[in-house]
Amino acid sequence: MNDAKVHCAVEVVNVSKYFDDVAAVDQVNLKINKGEIFALLGGSGCGKTTLLRMLAGFEKPSQGDIKINGVSVLNSPPYQRPVNMMFQSYALFPHMTVEQNIAFGLKQDKLPAAQIVARVTEVLGLVQMEKFRSRKPAQLSGGQQQRVALARSLAKKPALLLLDEPMGALDKKLRMQMQLELANIIESVGVTCVMVTHDQEEAMTMADRIAIMDQGRIMQVGQPREIYEFPNSKLTAEFIGSINLFKAVVSGGELTCDELPGQVVAGEANAAFDGPCYVALRPEKIRLEAGRNLDAKNCAAGKVNDIAYLGSHNVIHVRLDVGAGQGKVVQVHVSNFARHATQTFDFEQSVVLSWDQDAVVLIKADQP
Amino acid sequence: MKISRYLLLAGLVFLYFPLLVLVIYSFNESRLVTIWTEFSVKWYLELLEDRQLMDAFFLSLQIACSTAFMSVLLGTIAAYVLVKFGRFPGQTLFSSMIIAPLVMPEVITGLSLLLLFVGLGNWLGWPASRGAMTIWIAHVTFSVAFVTIVITSRLREMDSSLEEAAMDLGATPLKVFLVITLPLISPALISGWLLAFTLSLDDLVIASFVSGPGSSTLPMVIYSSVRLGVSPKINALATIFVGLILVGSFVFWWSMQRWTRYSAAKTSGQQ
Repeated sequence: MNDAKVHCAVEVVNVSKYFDDVAAVDQVNLKINKGEIFALLGGSGCGKTTLLRMLAGFEKPSQGDIKINGVSVLNSPPYQRPVNMMFQSYALFPHMTVEQNIAFGLKQDKLPAAQIVARVTEVLGLVQMEKFRSRKPAQLSGGQQQRVALARSLAKKPALLLLDEPMGALDKKLRMQMQLELANIIESVGVTCVMVTHDQEEAMTMADRIAIMDQGRIMQVGQPREIYEFPNSKLTAEFIGSINLFKAVVSGGELTCDELPGQVVAGEANAAFDGPCYVALRPEKIRLEAGRNLDAKNCAAGKVNDIAYLGSHNVIHVRLDVGAGQGKVVQVHVSNFARHATQTFDFEQSVVLSWDQDAVVLIKADQP
Repeated sequence: MKISRYLLLAGLVFLYFPLLVLVIYSFNESRLVTIWTEFSVKWYLELLEDRQLMDAFFLSLQIACSTAFMSVLLGTIAAYVLVKFGRFPGQTLFSSMIIAPLVMPEVITGLSLLLLFVGLGNWLGWPASRGAMTIWIAHVTFSVAFVTIVITSRLREMDSSLEEAAMDLGATPLKVFLVITLPLISPALISGWLLAFTLSLDDLVIASFVSGPGSSTLPMVIYSSVRLGVSPKINALATIFVGLILVGSFVFWWSMQRWTRYSAAKTSGQQ
């Protein structure tokens, strides 16, 4: 019990937030461990930003409790919480230099001047912006502004760092670079971090654990790999990456899938329930071969419907030949191992899809 | 193209030729405003000795300055409440009552304020007599409307996450207002101040209603003296004003220009 408290930096207990009777955040329970980067991932309007703003203190929960290091912060205003936030727009004070921006928070704590200068130099070094300390924010590029914003929010050594859409204002190329860099800096400081993003790649690159949110509720919490490989609902499966779903039913341990012609056998980890479900297959876990010979299980025949060459891999759409799923289109990713393709596919070519039983994920259907 | 040029020129002449004539005739020797005799600066010297005009000038300046300061103070508070406090009961009433003096005819404003001051004087014994104080109150009531609009628009376009960031970093709401909000809206405060100053200096109608004996503002003195016949002294005074306004607005324009060019250079330096 005690041990759990030490490891838990932030506890969100049954928190709801209503705006005019509409639940923006709906009975959310979360435990965030010390030193981890935790991502709240979801589409717009899913409540992730409201949850973040409640952690910062800009919104008050309608019910529930928020504890930081075991102490409830419900009644402390933003300026008394050991929480600092990096805003989506960075919110650097335009009339202050980089140095003054970073010193702002330290000055509020009435630290001695020498100590402030030392700490400012330290965090500027951390984000490699020492050379720019006397510049105004408008004289910096987007990436540099982000580093300053990060430095400012780390300067006070917060118990919890919040990132609101950290890459929202950057272009795509810079984004990839900054994601890794930001994650490295945060990990080297060892601060607990909650980030909000709508970009699954960003969440998977930066976060140790991800919570998928929809309509104010948490759908699934887990490491990026868990969420990708073992989605627990249709929504998370479709939100993260692309996936092929086939309607199926489990009864008495027997899986029947009408939309696929052959017998479908799933890995043992999955089939522990009864009722309607989906057979879920990730496109990169399906093998594609020319020909017509079918095995008894975990395969299907079809014709090539569409081919998209994406450089690193091809996305091939195959229309199924037989079964109740006739005409259903399945997405398959085929990686380009060799520069000169040894095996190419043509439109309307007959092909066979096959997959390992480990690749099959069974997702319980929410609605029949 | 050609025709529009001429039209523009004609418009400018129509607007500024009278001003030019006024300036030229301020250096006229003759007492008659319409007949040019020879160059002299004697009307400027006489102007300095005219106690009534100079008193009125300083009174107007005093009222205009204090009106500007008070309007900026009240206008900032009103704008802050309107923009930052979200919806509150009576918000629409509050905002329309602040804006109302903009569309109210000056005569109505002046008359109603006069009635108010007379009524208050009878009831409470304050204001005992009308004068600089009542003019100041009247000027503040209508200047606040303009100042509030200027500051409201600036506050609205300000990124509110700046204030949240300051609060997040440990600044109390009062500190945030003083250290973040005020500096960021300062251009609006300055232009609001100038606007209120000009409005107050310029006002004749409302001041005539609410002024009392011995407290005539400059526009009132000029207006009454012109009725008795135009003296070239007025020309001299007007010339001084035009000069001051030209210099003032040039300095304002120049500093604004420099400021925008500076920030534009910085923004383009980003890429």
